Amino acid sequence: MYEELLNKQVRELKPSGIRKFFDLANTKKGVISLGVGEPDFATPWNICEAAIYSIKSKKTHYTANAGLLELRKEISKYLKRRYELNYDPNKNVLVTVGGSEAIDLSLRAIIEKGDEVILLQPCYVAYEPAVILAGGIPKFIELKSENEFKLTKEELLAAITPKTKAIILNFPSNPTGGVMTRKDYEPLIPVLKEHNIIVISDEIYAELSYEEKHCSPANFEEIKDLVILISGFSKAFAMTGWRLGYLCTNETFLREILKIHQYIIMCAPTAAQYGAIEGLKNSQKYVDEMIEQYKLRRNYIVNGFNRIGLPTHLPHGAFYIFPCIKKTGLTSLEFCEKLLEEQNVACVPGSAFGEAGEGFIRVSYAYSIEEIKVAIEKIGYFMEQYL
Amino acid sequence: MEERILLSLLEKNARREVRDLADILQESEENIMETMTQLEKEKVINGYHTVINWERANVDRVSALIEVSCQPERDYGYDRIASMIYSYSEVETMYLMSGKSEFIVMVEGKTMQEISNFVGAKLAVVEGVTGTNTNFVLKKYKTAGIILSDNEDDEDDRMVVMP
Repeated sequence: MYEELLNKQVRELKPSGIRKFFDLANTKKGVISLGVGEPDFATPWNICEAAIYSIKSKKTHYTANAGLLELRKEISKYLKRRYELNYDPNKNVLVTVGGSEAIDLSLRAIIEKGDEVILLQPCYVAYEPAVILAGGIPKFIELKSENEFKLTKEELLAAITPKTKAIILNFPSNPTGGVMTRKDYEPLIPVLKEHNIIVISDEIYAELSYEEKHCSPANFEEIKDLVILISGFSKAFAMTGWRLGYLCTNETFLREILKIHQYIIMCAPTAAQYGAIEGLKNSQKYVDEMIEQYKLRRNYIVNGFNRIGLPTHLPHGAFYIFPCIKKTGLTSLEFCEKLLEEQNVACVPGSAFGEAGEGFIRVSYAYSIEEIKVAIEKIGYFMEQYL
Repeated sequence: MEERILLSLLEKNARREVRDLADILQESEENIMETMTQLEKEKVINGYHTVINWERANVDRVSALIEVSCQPERDYGYDRIASMIYSYSEVETMYLMSGKSEFIVMVEGKTMQEISNFVGAKLAVVEGVTGTNTNFVLKKYKTAGIILSDNEDDEDDRMVVMP
């Protein structure tokens, strides 16, 4: 009876089709999981210590709306040092509550009712609802496994209409682990520029690029001012629970986006901001160690999956593989349910990330080699019935 | 192959199977075997030991860290005196140090008495040794990069599945 008191758009948001599976997996006992979307590493201790010290020093008040200037300066230096990006800490940088807030802010700041936003499927689950809640219309491009889940110029051109306002990119990608190199971006840039399409680029996995250095669409001067770059500390610095991200864009966009942030959020958590300053100043060593570990695990898990009969590309970023399960004749949800039931191993159905993910499962390697080994063994037993 | 990575993988877990190492390093199993044999020959790999918390195994063991001062010898420096000390099987680890004392010697024994006897009767009387300072280990918190504390919560508290 309370249903009709609720906002219609919210009510009509698709409840995630796999909610039931998630609930089951998250409550079942003794599950061996390859289903997480966050690092297994603990936050480097120097970061924790800096945050604790900030609390002890009674730095427990609001910060500037855009975030501590010192943190914004460090973000700016970091982006310059790692990715050759120039953003002015006073005009172009906003500290947010995770990358998630930054995505929501960007969409709300730019979308007029009926504007179209291009999403690349399979994609992270939050983009579609965020677009809808902002009054936009999601338009999907289905990325192809044979293209290593990269976006091509032809696909982009086919999706553009006069109503296209923006595109959300997420490379390295959750869930596919796919990346876009500078070469991959080159043919897209003139198209984006010609149609004046805003590029919301979620680069939360940028540090986790294993073969080539990460390239941002903001690295292309021609479209830099059309880009809203989003990143954060969750993945690279193993700080998921701290909820700290940031957004960088041109001065005009930032000024308007900041308005929403200051009314809705006020500022990102202060202690987390102090932790992040330490992270950017003194933690690259730990980040590099984690990246090396992820890369070794990736090699291991890809070899393991191919051996047990689940064809898997070697992805070049993030901490996911996206094996094809079509030969089993099951849908990806059926596959995951059956795997959970028979072997107590949890993976995420590819269909959770849109129709283009059907026929695939997302497998995370944010686990120790020893854990991955046990899981592969069990999935191997499971696969015997399909060989 | 990056030997450094192979070595650090083995340093963390010497029981890894060759096939797993091959998968991790994207090399053939033969290649891994050959490289390991070579590294053993070259004494880069000096053993495959196990990190044991003896306290949990209810086995009495006492360890001590002994600072040893000595007078270096003409022609030999510290090395000959060192060999007179490390040749004792009681000595588990020994380093030449900068700082106040010349050597740090780690000794293991069943009881404090046993270690005291060793220091008094064997170590202190080695020719050239001018003094010792024995520090008994009361509790091991972390060894070889592994935290031994009982309270350390290493349960994975992440959600099992998350998009």
